Amino acid sequence: MSKNSMKDNYKIKDNYNTNLRIRSLIITVICVILAVICLLPIYLLIINATRNTSEILNGATLIPGDQTIINYKKLIALDGFNALTGFKNSFIIAGSSSLLSVFISALTAYALVVYDFKLKGPAFTFILAVLMIPTQVSAIGFVRFMIRLGFFNTYVPLIVPVMAAPATVFFIRQFMKSSFPLDIVEAARIDGSSEFRTFLTIGIPMLKPAMSVQLIFAFIFNWNNFFTPSMIITSTEKYTLPMMINTLSSDRYTDYGMVYMGIALSIVPLIVVYFILSKYIIEGVALGGVKE
Amino acid sequence: MASNAQRRIKHVSYAKYGYIFIIPFFLIYFIFSFYPLVNTIKYSFEKNNSKEAIIYEGEFVGVENYRHILTTATKGAKDYYTHAGMNEAFSRALGNTFKIWIMNFFPQICLSMLLAVWFTDAKLKIPGKGIFKVVMYMPNIITAASVAVLALKMFSNDSFSIVNNTLLNLGWIDKPIQFLADMKLKRTLIAGIQTWMWFGNTMILLMSGIAGINPSLFEAANIDGANSRQVFFRVTVPLLRPILLFTLVTSLIGGMQMFDIPYLFNPGTNRSPGTQTIATFIYQIYMESRIKNTGHSGAASVVLFVITAALGSIVFFINRDKDEIANKKYIKKLRKQAAAKKGYGGLGL
Repeated sequence: MSKNSMKDNYKIKDNYNTNLRIRSLIITVICVILAVICLLPIYLLIINATRNTSEILNGATLIPGDQTIINYKKLIALDGFNALTGFKNSFIIAGSSSLLSVFISALTAYALVVYDFKLKGPAFTFILAVLMIPTQVSAIGFVRFMIRLGFFNTYVPLIVPVMAAPATVFFIRQFMKSSFPLDIVEAARIDGSSEFRTFLTIGIPMLKPAMSVQLIFAFIFNWNNFFTPSMIITSTEKYTLPMMINTLSSDRYTDYGMVYMGIALSIVPLIVVYFILSKYIIEGVALGGVKE
Repeated sequence: MASNAQRRIKHVSYAKYGYIFIIPFFLIYFIFSFYPLVNTIKYSFEKNNSKEAIIYEGEFVGVENYRHILTTATKGAKDYYTHAGMNEAFSRALGNTFKIWIMNFFPQICLSMLLAVWFTDAKLKIPGKGIFKVVMYMPNIITAASVAVLALKMFSNDSFSIVNNTLLNLGWIDKPIQFLADMKLKRTLIAGIQTWMWFGNTMILLMSGIAGINPSLFEAANIDGANSRQVFFRVTVPLLRPILLFTLVTSLIGGMQMFDIPYLFNPGTNRSPGTQTIATFIYQIYMESRIKNTGHSGAASVVLFVITAALGSIVFFINRDKDEIANKKYIKKLRKQAAAKKGYGGLGL
């Protein structure tokens, strides 16, 4: 009798395991399909960047062509589109604004955690309250104000305003709250370190994990930003990369190989950097979602 | 005996550094974000009489701009731009924004939820989970402008575009699908791109939410013989409610500001009303009117602000620091007790 029930048990276990195995297989197949959907457009883009127009019009293929250099030459000869200038401009803007915004955010978050002052609560509440206000809402007033200050068609409106990033402050503060020992600040004080020096030599190194994640996000956000630059920048030599891509969308350009090359130039470097930093980026996204 | 010096040390206050450290942030925020917002609100009550783009000559018109964009035109009404045109364009933009968001959000949340549950289920053997996560998040970092131009090329109406060409060659369709001419298809396409770009992000958010659920609850459910559907609906979903709400609201706020893709889907001056959104309305009414129509654009901005503020207040309550609030309550209670004691003792200290 006991033997029988044991057999039954094995049977149930076997069934259970096969069931699990089948389910795992189905799920893996679905995941593979989704991964292909994510990657295929990018792959086709790269392939088309290596082919000429007539090849492209003949249909899609997975095999690269040999027109890469010709497409690239056509693209850089184009009036008003200079991928390299776009790269440089976007890099200057995204680089400087994200570095500065992460520094100021860390400073603000540090103050909100380390010091006790009367307006600490209201200051944090204010940051929370403005966390979700979109740029579009104040755009008209912003553009007018920049015209009045004489900053129209300069990079100042693209760099300075984003230095005050409520979301970055919020993230760094949450990180600090959970992992920053306040005693260390006290210890530094006893050793005679000035407050600002304590922030630079102890605060920043300890906040590095949160800051680097936020730096990556700020960089991607500012690199991809299209709305603000397209309202502020008017001369083509100052165009950012997304603005250059916008000029490619016009129906004027019938050389598809060249157009695909332009899009590829704007996407591929970003993807390469993403795959290198993906571990930190994914972790950062996950941390952003932890809300009890 | 406490000396004077000792007493002074006790009272060293570092509060002023708190203020010094937060000044840069607040200064920049007030000058470059808050002041422009206040100005936008002011513009929404004015009419720009200037003949030149650079100069602004405001004239107070009350709620006229709001009346134009929000109410239907009546015959014989005195309008300074076309009331009917503004109203039609704005209500369409509002409708499109919600339509595109709904078409994007519901498939996205279902897909992300399924994937998140699968990826966090330890019993399932899925090889290469890490790679899947990285690949699925990838579309989120790509420049939206580039994605839009790429999609325009891949889905163009002619039979040469990648999608039409492939479908024709496979024999699934007889004539090319008019992705960009049919407004419904165009909106669906935009929603599809949004889903493509955001499902990985939502999936990771939900995964970290599921990871935060006490594993013993899942174990208990398993011991009680719950099947995976029961575990999902009775354990995972109820406990994920705060994160689901957070995802819903942030996605809605993001959807309300959708600009890049709808804007680029209308190349040149060829503006199709079918894909106009609130953000492209704000942009185009201002940027593309010769005299810079700040009034209607400003009013639309304020409407967007009200919508996002209402939604944002939900996020605000989710994000509030619960420890801090509990602390404050505790301190208040202590103070009250201390005050009561003081009163009882009659002497004070």
